[in-house]
Amino acid sequence: MIKHLKILEFALSSLLRRKLKNLAIVSVFTTVTMVIASILFLTHSFKKEALLILQGSPELIVQRIQAGRHALIPLSYVDAIKGLPGVGDVRPRYWGYYYDPLTGANFTVIAYPEGIRKTEIIEGSLPGANEHGYCLIGSGVADARFLQIGDELFLQDIKGRVLSLKVRGIFKKSSQILTNDLVIISRPDFDRLFGFPEGHATDLTVQVYNPTEIQNIAGKVKKLLPDTRPITRSEILRTYDSLFNWRGGMLLALFASSVLAFVILAWDKATGLSAEERQEIGILKAIGWETSDVLTLKFWEGASISLISFLTGIILAYIHVFYFSAVLFEPALKGWSVLFPDFRLRPYVDLYQCFVLFMVTVVPYTASTIIPSWKAAITDPDSVMRG
Amino acid sequence: MIEVIDVSKRYYVGGDEIVAVDGVTLHIKKGEFVSILGHSGSGKTTLLSLMGGLTRPDRGTVLIDGTDIWALSDDDLSEFRNRKLNFIYQFSSLISTLTVIENVLLPTYFGNETQDSQVELAMELLEQMGIKDKVNSYPAHLSGGQQRRAAIARAFINNPDIILADEPTGDLDEETEAEVMELFKRMNKERGITFVMVTHSSELARQTERVFRMSKGKLIEE
Repeated sequence: MIKHLKILEFALSSLLRRKLKNLAIVSVFTTVTMVIASILFLTHSFKKEALLILQGSPELIVQRIQAGRHALIPLSYVDAIKGLPGVGDVRPRYWGYYYDPLTGANFTVIAYPEGIRKTEIIEGSLPGANEHGYCLIGSGVADARFLQIGDELFLQDIKGRVLSLKVRGIFKKSSQILTNDLVIISRPDFDRLFGFPEGHATDLTVQVYNPTEIQNIAGKVKKLLPDTRPITRSEILRTYDSLFNWRGGMLLALFASSVLAFVILAWDKATGLSAEERQEIGILKAIGWETSDVLTLKFWEGASISLISFLTGIILAYIHVFYFSAVLFEPALKGWSVLFPDFRLRPYVDLYQCFVLFMVTVVPYTASTIIPSWKAAITDPDSVMRG
Repeated sequence: MIEVIDVSKRYYVGGDEIVAVDGVTLHIKKGEFVSILGHSGSGKTTLLSLMGGLTRPDRGTVLIDGTDIWALSDDDLSEFRNRKLNFIYQFSSLISTLTVIENVLLPTYFGNETQDSQVELAMELLEQMGIKDKVNSYPAHLSGGQQRRAAIARAFINNPDIILADEPTGDLDEETEAEVMELFKRMNKERGITFVMVTHSSELARQTERVFRMSKGKLIEE
């Protein structure tokens, strides 16, 4: 045990003596780990966040499709769907996108949903059910238009007339991921803004009594109303999954050069020792170090560098993603919206992913340190020293 | 006692066979100071490596105090080397990332001696070698001769029974060479250390008790 500790001490002091070289290795290793871990953390957190958001979303949404595109859905479909066994409430939703030429951003405009109640996430007050000329806006909209509660939000309706809406409430920053680009207005204002036709909605939300029957009900809706597209919550989740996986993969490809640098570093180590390193092993063997002592020394050298780099990389990735909102590459992963939500992700770390990252960085690096040293240590010391 | 019995070693360089040591038999008594004289490439360094357990022979036996060193496992041989003998090489054999004092103390790294007594002995040896002022210097900051002197100090640090020295005064000036030879003779007399010194200098060889000449892998006593 004492011998082992002495070797560990020798390994650490040996690393410190080659400060510059080891600092360079640690920097490359840490950067690679941080980049990969950041992408994994970010992708995982987005997926988790999406899952949590979708838990509060309808189990089934029915859209109408015309010429392969999303079209407005007739309200007569509400009763048709309600008539299906196993279906509970069916509600129309009224929403659309408003391109704001002043800011170059798209706002998501929603007509007051039925049953909207004052919640903690809104500063200000809610308009009454029959009031119009008022709005609730997301903090991104407020920032882009420099609005505060009591100010007027001017929009241009479909006929080019100005629609003036008094700001009654602003969603708090903490809800930015959901509400950043949101503008909630009354039905009459919504109809006027978009010239929304009577007897139609944007889509329908469908309540299904038995969750295991959702797919079945979706099939029945499609059969009953062939021009519709029923979307289940699990389908949306799958879409998010593949979207974030794709973006994560794209980022990894972008950072492939740093990954390549790491691979070259490990390969360089694995393929041989420098003359100086070979001589050192030969001297240690000649003065009485056993092969196992040399291997333990090299193991601790490799393990120390890779563990320090790995842990530093993981910690930096955690800080980068969860404290600085992955500032280095968030545009690539979050999207290209002008009203970019400045939200802080909740920290979700997948330990399995960390374990896999450990296995593909620390283990090969340590092995690449030991293998050539082992080859040198089992060779006659004289041959090793002579090269 | 060192007994080398019918030892041979061949190397292959670019497909050509080179017989470095050819059926050498040699007996060196405990406490003897012998030298092996020969030109470059005569096989004297290889013979030293075979005797010290650094190079495995193709044939033959090497017994040190009755132990067949090449019958030992790799780890036992390392332990045996650490306990029984030490080397002085003809090339710089210091670890470049260690200071002079750390290099000198290296053979005692796993020992049971107290750190203070080892450092005291190391300082004493470095003083005898005339490089006490270089204890905290790195090998790169020393001349070839100073590196050689540090290596000589290291050879004595763990009180070995046998010193195998390969051209130990190669980089040294005449004055230091004489001092080193005096140190070797004193250690040989006072501590009974067995010395086997490889050299190409007849003058140095004459200062030893027995001289062997090596030529084309064969050994002849003069």
